[in-house]
Order: sequence, then structure tokens, then C-alpha cells
Amino acid sequence: MLPCTGRIDESLLLKAFENGADGVMVIGCLEGDCHYVSGNIRARARVERVYAILERIKIGPNRIRMYNLSAGEGSKFAAFANEFVDQIREIGPSPINLVRAGNQGVTEKEAT
Amino acid sequence: MKSGSNLEKVLAAGHFSVTAECGPPRGADPDIVRKKAAFVKGNVDACNVTDNQTSVVRMSSLAGCLLIKEEGIEPLIQMVVRDRNRIALQSDLLGASAMGVRNLLCLSGDHQKFGDDPQAKNVFDIDSMQLIHMVKTMRDEGIFPSGDKIQGAPQFYIGCAVNPFADPFEIRVPRLKLKMEAGADFVQTQCIYNMEKFKKYLELAKQEGLPDKIKILAGVTPLKSAGMAKFMRRMVAGMDIPDEVVNRIAAEPKEKQAAKGIEMCIEQIQELKEMEGVAGVHVMAIEWEEKLEEIIGGAGLLPRPVMA
Amino acid sequence: MITGTPKPIEEILEMLEPYDNIIVAGCHGCVTVCRVGGEKEVQVLASTLRLAREAAGRTITIREVSLERQCDPEYIEQMRPYVGDYQAVLSIACGAGIQFLAEKFTTTPLLPGINTGFLGVTVRQGEWSERCQGCGDCVLHLTGGICPVTRCAKSLFHGPCGGSVQGICEVDKEVKCGWQLIIDRLKALGQMENYGKLKPYKGWNSSRDGGPRRIIREDMI
Repeated sequence: MLPCTGRIDESLLLKAFENGADGVMVIGCLEGDCHYVSGNIRARARVERVYAILERIKIGPNRIRMYNLSAGEGSKFAAFANEFVDQIREIGPSPINLVRAGNQGVTEKEAT
Repeated sequence: MKSGSNLEKVLAAGHFSVTAECGPPRGADPDIVRKKAAFVKGNVDACNVTDNQTSVVRMSSLAGCLLIKEEGIEPLIQMVVRDRNRIALQSDLLGASAMGVRNLLCLSGDHQKFGDDPQAKNVFDIDSMQLIHMVKTMRDEGIFPSGDKIQGAPQFYIGCAVNPFADPFEIRVPRLKLKMEAGADFVQTQCIYNMEKFKKYLELAKQEGLPDKIKILAGVTPLKSAGMAKFMRRMVAGMDIPDEVVNRIAAEPKEKQAAKGIEMCIEQIQELKEMEGVAGVHVMAIEWEEKLEEIIGGAGLLPRPVMA
Repeated sequence: MITGTPKPIEEILEMLEPYDNIIVAGCHGCVTVCRVGGEKEVQVLASTLRLAREAAGRTITIREVSLERQCDPEYIEQMRPYVGDYQAVLSIACGAGIQFLAEKFTTTPLLPGINTGFLGVTVRQGEWSERCQGCGDCVLHLTGGICPVTRCAKSLFHGPCGGSVQGICEVDKEVKCGWQLIIDRLKALGQMENYGKLKPYKGWNSSRDGGPRRIIREDMI
């Protein structure tokens, strides 16, 4: 459980990709509305840094994105989620997953 | 006499002295130096040979000095502390003196960032102030900085440079005083365009009694064009060219700007000549040595006195 | 503190080309404070390397380690039991730490993950600035607490040179003229008499020129 997006650090975001995520959306409170003053601002900076890392190592670039929402904006949340999922579908699976799927294919073949 | 150099004698005799400068070539061709020397000869009391100015690699100053000396010009070797540590500096001082170079200008040197090799490692083992002090110690006490006795002390008329227009202004005269105390016999200034500011500087120097203790040679550089003026103003740190100077040359049609620049330079030298405390001029006609005779003659400073 | 900057990931990946099983070692000292080589940076770098390598079709196993300090032997020793199980150690401590690891673990290749910078201060988050070159012969009492060796681009002892304009050094518009700073400070302190003195030639033998310097304090041995 994270109390605030401000608790998310870069390594956690990268771990998600290591664990097979094709995309990660980070949703924080509206800017200026953070219970911990600037947690969501810090989160945005970290997301940007991870974005740059993913781009650099050719996993990204558009696989991570920060959104800001208030708790009362359910429909907006749904819209954002759909939008992001569409975006990731369009880009396709992460290269990590492609490699893993390929390796699996090889092992299966070898097994037969 | 400290060095017995021609420049020292001219100044000691109370003549208004003239020096110029020759930038050595970007190559090993001695004829380029000889050609420049022909324009200088007879027009100056000594001629500076620059030491890799603006950190652009050129023939060494010592070699240039020897070449112009062969042509019958009294050389003034420039030495920067950017490229050599105190060991190399001492060694080159001994060598230069042995070869008959009697005038020396001690400089920090432009930062290597501005030259061919911005990645070079700079030295700055001692600074220009300390170089002055080191040469004076070697000359007057006949010892190396280490304290060991020198076999045949180097003989130099020791010079330094100042930029009266760099900041902070209030430190400029105290810094000249410090250079004088360190051992400088003469000073050549950065090119002067802002005469008002220079007068202010000179006034402060006079209040400290400096002109009696150190010969001040005012630096001038003839402008070839309004473009050159604007370029220098923009690109050279500490270069103070007032608007009225730029406007005056810019008012001329392009083909007449060079002639105007020379005329302005001559006027300036004449004005400097009349100023109490100014012992001479240092004419830096950058890559324009062929105009030296016209400028110096035009200012009424030819022929140069012949000293015994 | 000792500062540093991360090496480009491409350069690190190239260094790691021969290896499949490594340690990434951070340090809780200076490099943690300037956020280039601490525990968090170890995690981020390790993840990044694993992702990059796997995406390129060749996985790498990484053990993530952060030592209290890489410049003290007792902390380095903590790695000894397992260091032999790995092909190489990628250290993101300063150059001193990396070298000390190399010295202690003689059969394991040590790779630098950062470029060590300088002795500096945190100007603000994300900005560090050099203050000391560790020349071994401090003159700050004469120069208003501002170091001419570090702050002047020519390390002049009698500045400023002719390239000082409105407090800015000719070398870079972002660089303040060290000597302007010194003079301003001396004036503010009423110590301008320090300016007008010829300073002795600096003894660089206490600086970088005598091979690795040593400090031995008999009272502490």
C-alpha cells in the first residue's frame, strides 16, 4: 500500500517493467491538492526520469505516464485508463515480454 | 642599467618610446617572420613577439625573437605562465638571455579554452606576478628561486601587462603597483579606446607615484573597420570600445574605414604623447604590420632615437 | 562532499559486455547525498541494466549491495564472503571507493559506474559546485574564505586577470570571477590589505604532483 504517489520511487516503477508490465500509469492527486504538500509533484519528476531511462534503453518511450485526478472523478479515471490501455495496445508488448515469449517458444520447441 | 636593452636606454634617456608586436606564424616558415620584421624595422625601440596568444599554437616566441633579432630589430620576448612550469620558465629565461634577448613581458596567458586545444591541461604553476618576481630575483640577486647561485644571471628589462578596463576597476591600479613592487620595470597596457577611462586610471596611478617607478607604455590597436571594432567589443573580454569610437569609423564608407582607423590611431598616439605619466606607446597592429611606419611616422615618432 | 555524475548507460552496458553475473555496489557516503551512488541509485541502475540486457536478449544477474562506505576497509570486508561468486563489481561510489574495492578484491574486475567529480557543495537540489581542489596548503584566511586555486580558472594568486568583466570570468558566462568574489569579500571584511601583498610561489608538492598523497597522524595510529 502506498499512502501517496510521493512514496513511489524510480526503482519501484522499473521493477514493474521487470515484472512484465507493458505500461505503467501513475495516478496522483490533482496538483496543488496533495495531502503531503508535494508528493504528486515529486512523483511526476520520478515518472519523467523513468520515462527517460526507458527511452534510453529502448523499452519505452510511451510506456509510462502520470495522470492527476481527484477521488471524485470516477468517470475521468475510466477514460484515462481506457486511453492509456489503448496507447499501450498500439505500441504493443514490451520488448522484455517479447524476448520472454520468444525464449519460451524456444524451450517448448526443444522440449518436443 | 638593469639589462642594457635598447628599450631601457630609450626610456631612461627620457624619449617617448615605441614598441610594436609581431605574432609568429602558425608554422615553421621563418620567412613569414622576416617579412613582418621588414615592416617593423626602424620604427620601434623593441618589438614584442607573442607567446601562443589566445592559446593558438604558433612558432615559439623565443624562435621569433631570434629571427627578428637577425633582421636587426631589438626583440621583446613575451612569456606566459599558462604552458610552462617554473622549471621550464627559468630554463627559457636563461636561454633567451643567453641568445641576447634583453626585454621580457611576463603574462598569465589567455585561457586555453580559447585556442586550438581547449582540452589541454594548463599549468599556471606560478602566476604572472610571481614570474616578475622570479625574473627580478634571478637578475638582481643572481640566484634561482631555489636559492642556488646562477652561473651568469639573465639580464632582462622586465615588463608586465595591465588591462585598465577589466573589472573591478578599483583594483587595477593597486594591481599595477603590486607588479611594480614585484619587479616590473615597464608596463604595456591592453589596447586603449576609452581614453576617458584610461585618463582616470592614469590619474590614480599618478596619485600612487607609479609613473616614476614604472614606465607606462600605452597600448593602441588601429581599427581596420567598424566590423573589427564591433567584433572585438563583443568577443574580447575586457575590451572597452566606446560607441563614439565605433560610430566614428562606421560613419565612413567601407573602403575608407581602414584609412580612418589609422587616422584615429595616430590622433590617439599624439594625445597619449602629451599625457604626463605616459612614457611611450605599444602599437599592436594585428596582422597589419605594414601600416606601422605610416602610423608611427604619422604620429611624429620617427626616426627612432639611436642609443649608444 | 565528493560529487559525481552517472556514466551514460550505453557506456556501462559496453563495459558489462563480457559479464552475466555481477554486483552493483553503492556507497552510503557522499555519493548518496549527491544522489549518484547510494542505495536507491543501485536499485535503479540494477533494474535498468536488467531491463536493457533482457531486451537485448541476454539476461544479467545482479546482486545489489550498498556499503556504509567504500573508502573504509571494515565495510568493504562485508563483501568478501560473496564477491568471488560474481564475475565483476560495478561500483557507483567515487573513484576512491572503486579503487579501494579493486585493491581489496584482487581477482575481481572493478568497473566504474559514475564519473567522479569534485569536492563541492550543494547549491540547490540538483546543482553542485566545486569549492576545493584539496591542494594541501590552505590560504583561505588570506583570501576572504574564497579559494583562488579552485575559483579562478587560472588558479592565479594575484588576480583578477584581464578577462574579468562585471564579475564574470571570460571562460564561461556561468562562472563568476573568483578574484572578483575574493575582492568583494575582502572589502566587506575590511581586509583589503591582504590583497596588496605578494604571495609566495605555491608549493604544489602538497597537491597533485607527488603521486598519491598520504596523511599520517601518529596520534591516531
